[in-house]
Amino acid sequence: MTAVTEGTAAEAAMETTADGRQAAFDAAVAADERIEPRDWMPDAYRATLVRQMAQHAHSEIIGMQPEANWITRAPSLRRKAILMAKVQDEAGHGLYLYSAAETLGTGRDELLDKLHSGRQKYSSIFNYPTLTWADVGAIGWLVDGAAITNQVPLCRCSYGPYARAMVRVCKEESFHQRQGYELLLALSGGTPAQHEMAQDAVDRWWWPSLMMFGPPDDESAHSAQSMTWKIKRHSNDELRQRFVDICVPQAEVLGLTLPDPDLRWNEERGRHDFGAIDWTEFHEVLKGNGPCNEQRITQRRRAHEEGAWVREAAASYAAKHRPVPGGGPAPGESARAGTALGESTRMEATA
Amino acid sequence: MSGSTDWPLWEVFVRSRRGLSHTHAGSLHAPDAEMALRNARDLYTRRNEGVSIWVVPSASVTASSPDEKDPFFAPAADKPYRHPTFYEIPEGVRHL
Amino acid sequence: MNGAPTDDARDVRTTAAALALGDDALILSHRLGEWAGHAPALEEEVALANIALDLLGQARILLSLAGDEDELAYLRDERHFRNLQLVEQPNGDFAHTIARQLYFSTYQLALYRQLVAGDSAFGALAAKAVKEVAYHQDHAEHWTLRLGDGTPESHRRMSRACETLWRFTGELFQPVEGLDIDWAALEEGWLTSVTDVLERATLGLPQGPRTGAWTAGAGRQGLHTEPFGPMIAEMQHLHRSHPGASW
Repeated sequence: MTAVTEGTAAEAAMETTADGRQAAFDAAVAADERIEPRDWMPDAYRATLVRQMAQHAHSEIIGMQPEANWITRAPSLRRKAILMAKVQDEAGHGLYLYSAAETLGTGRDELLDKLHSGRQKYSSIFNYPTLTWADVGAIGWLVDGAAITNQVPLCRCSYGPYARAMVRVCKEESFHQRQGYELLLALSGGTPAQHEMAQDAVDRWWWPSLMMFGPPDDESAHSAQSMTWKIKRHSNDELRQRFVDICVPQAEVLGLTLPDPDLRWNEERGRHDFGAIDWTEFHEVLKGNGPCNEQRITQRRRAHEEGAWVREAAASYAAKHRPVPGGGPAPGESARAGTALGESTRMEATA
Repeated sequence: MSGSTDWPLWEVFVRSRRGLSHTHAGSLHAPDAEMALRNARDLYTRRNEGVSIWVVPSASVTASSPDEKDPFFAPAADKPYRHPTFYEIPEGVRHL
Repeated sequence: MNGAPTDDARDVRTTAAALALGDDALILSHRLGEWAGHAPALEEEVALANIALDLLGQARILLSLAGDEDELAYLRDERHFRNLQLVEQPNGDFAHTIARQLYFSTYQLALYRQLVAGDSAFGALAAKAVKEVAYHQDHAEHWTLRLGDGTPESHRRMSRACETLWRFTGELFQPVEGLDIDWAALEEGWLTSVTDVLERATLGLPQGPRTGAWTAGAGRQGLHTEPFGPMIAEMQHLHRSHPGASW
């Protein structure tokens, strides 16, 4: 029961002065405590988090597009079910992350607006096209694999709502990566045409996946500050290295080749050496010159605009049928609204 | 942007199994309570995570402020006599 | 064995019914899958995908009663699909999708409820599916109310959608070989339920005919509408491009 009587580091440093607040915040972060929405936090910390969570959420919902591209063409009903569930999860992850971002006071509509107008970004990887069915597998194995490597440390991020959202996301992502790997395994061991399709996809997705970890540490602008704030736990290069080391043996089991002639085991370092990344392409795609930048944002904007009348209708219906506080069900809804489900849809009054 | 297409925010609480309390799962947007329940079902229990859901408009939640943390919670910290471990009981005494 | 001919006859009837119900679920699931990335709100992405996944699960069980699920889904030509014309209709705007959902889920719910009670090869499937379909019907009903009684624009769109799809609803009650169903009761229950929802949604029951003028038949006879061909061409092309391959 000692926890009851011991104060936390944050409380120990708690002051109402500006300096005191900063000190309390720093102490909490240093002690690996979580910052919660209503706690005081430096403006720059708040801005960094909103930007990062929004970008992360945007990546999830834009990331639905390249894979949804294959739902209608999935080559077996089993694969079709898996792919639909996966794309659905991505919408779900977007929702968890927008929720987390909203705890800092920026509404989802505002964030979506920034995405649609190009003022906020999403992960550049989704500006590459899915040309064959094998691309669905390569995205699962490599893109989701890189994302997991990036995201697992975020489950311990200093900002509570972000960390909690990431715990949920990471749990679900591991299904994504495994289904991708399994898909490629089936292709690699299939007909020569299927094998070729798998190799081609890995050839195209390998380098962009490595770029997902961001620029090299010596060129990464925000990294140091984010590390101090424990929004980021490992450097870009460290995570990239970890990913390469994980992928090499997995590729061997797949029977596929990673498209890097310089890739080899370095006995001395106990890690793999790998070739230089073409950062020119990375920066060009980031700037908007990737193969699908325009298409992705246009589709997203169109879905939002074409859905406006639906969202408006539901809001208008809600305003007309707002239940009287303490009264019965809303008129028009009537008590039978819930009967199809076999139980009352009204919330229980008590636990 | 607060046009008529904005749906309000709802907090979602899920009872994962009978016998446990509802726990905060996250939030979502919905035009009204009926739709909020359905959206919550689709979003937060699609892997069989729940047997019951509550949704509450986020605007209806009154929260204690971090600034009030000391007056709210510190006074409870120096009353160790509320906890059973405060009391020393001679060895061998059972069922206590 | 004296019973053998009867058993064979029963198998043929079961296969025919499994194909009809399985194709309904397969094709509607495919149409709903086309919404991925295009839904009017993120929450609705998740909801539509849930319904599509439920239907795909039903389709896989049903088609497996009739043969190999993938052979049946990917290697049959248009004329051999037995689904209702209603489920193959293009998504249109969200109102059309919801009207299609309302008409179909109300039908499927009543049908599966009868199958749960009856004695057929579909009892076990129906017992599971009826819970899923109850949720689909609930989803469609809630959206019908909101679109019908929302804004003038949503009312106009929903009204038009209900009318456009009305002429595909007569086919729902054409008896399916192999299903022991009281079709007249099914139709009466369906009309009562749909009328009730549409009235509460401030939408009237559409007045036009409930079947087309073509006497040759409709989806259950393998006669489909033109949008169906391109849809299954897209669905089947990859599978057919690699004969004999495993995925």
